[in-house]
Amino acid sequence: MANVLAFAESRGGALRKVALETVTAARALADSAGGEVHAILAGAPGIGELAAELGAVGADRVLVAEHDKWAHYDAESMSATVVARVREGQYRAVLFAASAQGRDLSPRVAAALGAPIGADIVSAELDGDAIRVRHPVYTGKLMATLSIRGSPVVLSVRPNAFTAAPVAKPGTVEPLAPAADPSASRAVVTEMVEGARGALDLADAPVVISGGRGLKAPDNFSLLEELAAAFGGDAAVGATRAVTDEGWRPHSDQIGQTGRLVSPDLYLAIGISGAIQHVAGMRTSRTIVAINKDKDAPIFKIADYGIVGDALEIVPVLTGAIRKVRGTG
Amino acid sequence: MKIAVCIKRAPDMEQRFKVASSGTSVDEAGLKFDMSDFDGYAVEVALQLTEKAGTGEVVGISLGPDNVQETLRKALSMGVARGIQLKADTVPVDALSIAQALSAELKGGGYDLILFGKLSLDASNGSVGPMVAQLLGLPCVTACSKLDVGDGRGTARRELEGAAEVVKFPLPAVLTIDEGIARPRYPALKGIMAAKKKPLEVKPAALGDVRVTVEAMALPAERPAGKIIGEGPEAVPELVRLLQTEAKVL
Ligand SMILES: Cc1cc2nc3c(=O)[nH]c(=O)nc-3n(C[C@H](O)[C@H](O)[C@H](O)COP(=O)(O)OP(=O)(O)OC[C@H]3O[C@@H](n4cnc5c(N)ncnc54)[C@H](O)[C@@H]3O)c2cc1C
Ligand SMILES: Nc1ncnc2c1ncn2[C@@H]1O[C@H](COP(=O)(O)O)[C@@H](O)[C@H]1O
Repeated sequence: MANVLAFAESRGGALRKVALETVTAARALADSAGGEVHAILAGAPGIGELAAELGAVGADRVLVAEHDKWAHYDAESMSATVVARVREGQYRAVLFAASAQGRDLSPRVAAALGAPIGADIVSAELDGDAIRVRHPVYTGKLMATLSIRGSPVVLSVRPNAFTAAPVAKPGTVEPLAPAADPSASRAVVTEMVEGARGALDLADAPVVISGGRGLKAPDNFSLLEELAAAFGGDAAVGATRAVTDEGWRPHSDQIGQTGRLVSPDLYLAIGISGAIQHVAGMRTSRTIVAINKDKDAPIFKIADYGIVGDALEIVPVLTGAIRKVRGTG
Repeated sequence: MKIAVCIKRAPDMEQRFKVASSGTSVDEAGLKFDMSDFDGYAVEVALQLTEKAGTGEVVGISLGPDNVQETLRKALSMGVARGIQLKADTVPVDALSIAQALSAELKGGGYDLILFGKLSLDASNGSVGPMVAQLLGLPCVTACSKLDVGDGRGTARRELEGAAEVVKFPLPAVLTIDEGIARPRYPALKGIMAAKKKPLEVKPAALGDVRVTVEAMALPAERPAGKIIGEGPEAVPELVRLLQTEAKVL
């Protein structure tokens, strides 16, 4: 029997969507290994109330580790807690999200265990003694298939690559003692800086509206904000690196290989040329719409629908049309 | 202030890539190489910190075959004091194996800071930095987008998805550097001349067991091209209709 451990990412006392995806990825591996999925849920007291959500998508056992100093992410004590559990539990694989937090935590755990790591994977399967994963490399220009020997193997799962689905048999919940005292941690989070208040996070928004250099000036992003508002709270605004480099939008809004990875139902690329590094961050969106004044812009090659023309003229008309459809005007 | 920067040689990403005939790597023929993007930011941060402190030394370390010497020379031309090549026939894709070799070199080096890129452009793991921190038992902050160091302590800002964290840490520490923190300087002619005379030491890399191997490398599946609906604002009603009836996303 080979069990799989999943670390369920939370922030500010709420589960992140990718936490469920991590459990889903672990479920598939555990099923083929004939084992169970155990999920660690770590946070401030009360975090355990979220355990049922993990059980519902495939965690057989949810291990709830609470500490009153875990209101913020604490890399040193949380990694020590995962490591202690892995040593005790004989896991075949330990999964994290390939998010800012998971990419911080997973290499520490791997190094402490002397385990090999597969980072930012989009698939994983058992292959005899090895685990085979796929991982986008070269800023998304190429896909590598890797074979990882050894046990356990540490993996981080790319957001949106796995789709969480409910399971028939919900899991059980039990406490897990933190294996280290956060007071002893050396590097500590002293403050969280939230993004625009009330705004949807790019990764969670069903509609993402991104602007590029073709918007001409930072003020013109208000057109995109208005379009986002027309979607009635379902949309978030992103940008290209050209735009964040200019300081027109915050760096955290950058979509692409070196920025955020998004996979919304609808992605609107406005005044964006479609450079491969940008596309790497949004190519898995369900429907892509491009608005660009150059009919030969590469973005039209990957867009489902395109309109050729001046974004500054087209976007306000689109906003009006969406308001009508959504009843937000 | 003594700072080490771990620098990886990587191809310039603005090029067309082909899969080599082996099917497991990129065909390097004709490709231009440079230091991996984020490592350039790390070098810049290290130089600025020692310049601000008015004293100190920045050491560049790269693991790989002799072609990494060119990458190290670039760092030297930017102002890094000396280079160390950890010589290996190839650079494994196994991050732990690389981290073990780098740690063996860094250990006992008396560094106040050890800097890495947030991730390497080719392998795109983002794993080596925090692994080295763990192996050396040092505090670590990943993906720093702002940094303030003084009096044996530091404060960093780390970008998360839609938020950021402020992290305080004591020195010595390991940091991985995000883009945008400081624009890497271009080497001046004087720097390029000086770099030729700067020390570049070559040592064997004590790579750990390599357990991650590439089975296949492939170009990702193309997304089928869609259709251009029309031109200008007049095309908007048709777009909305298609989004409603065909794509069913509205
Ligand atoms: C290592 C590396 C990593 C990178 N990572 C990223 C990343 O994560 N994300 C990212 O986005 N980029 C990234 N880039 C940069 C990327 O290569 C492109 O330079 C960038 O995406 C271009 O942004 P853009 O489309 O806004 O600008 P441009 O390429 O300048 O395109 C502007 C477009 O707007 C159109 N336009 C102009 N005026 C109008 C108008 N009035 N109406 C409509 N359309 C108009 C033009 O036809 C053009 O197609 C990276 C580059 C490198 C080397
Ligand atoms: N072969 C190498 N030589 C020196 N530094 C490296 C090497 N590989 C990775 N690094 C460092 O580790 C960082 C993260 O790499 P990676 O984990 O491969 O994404 C890079 O930005 C470099 O700072």
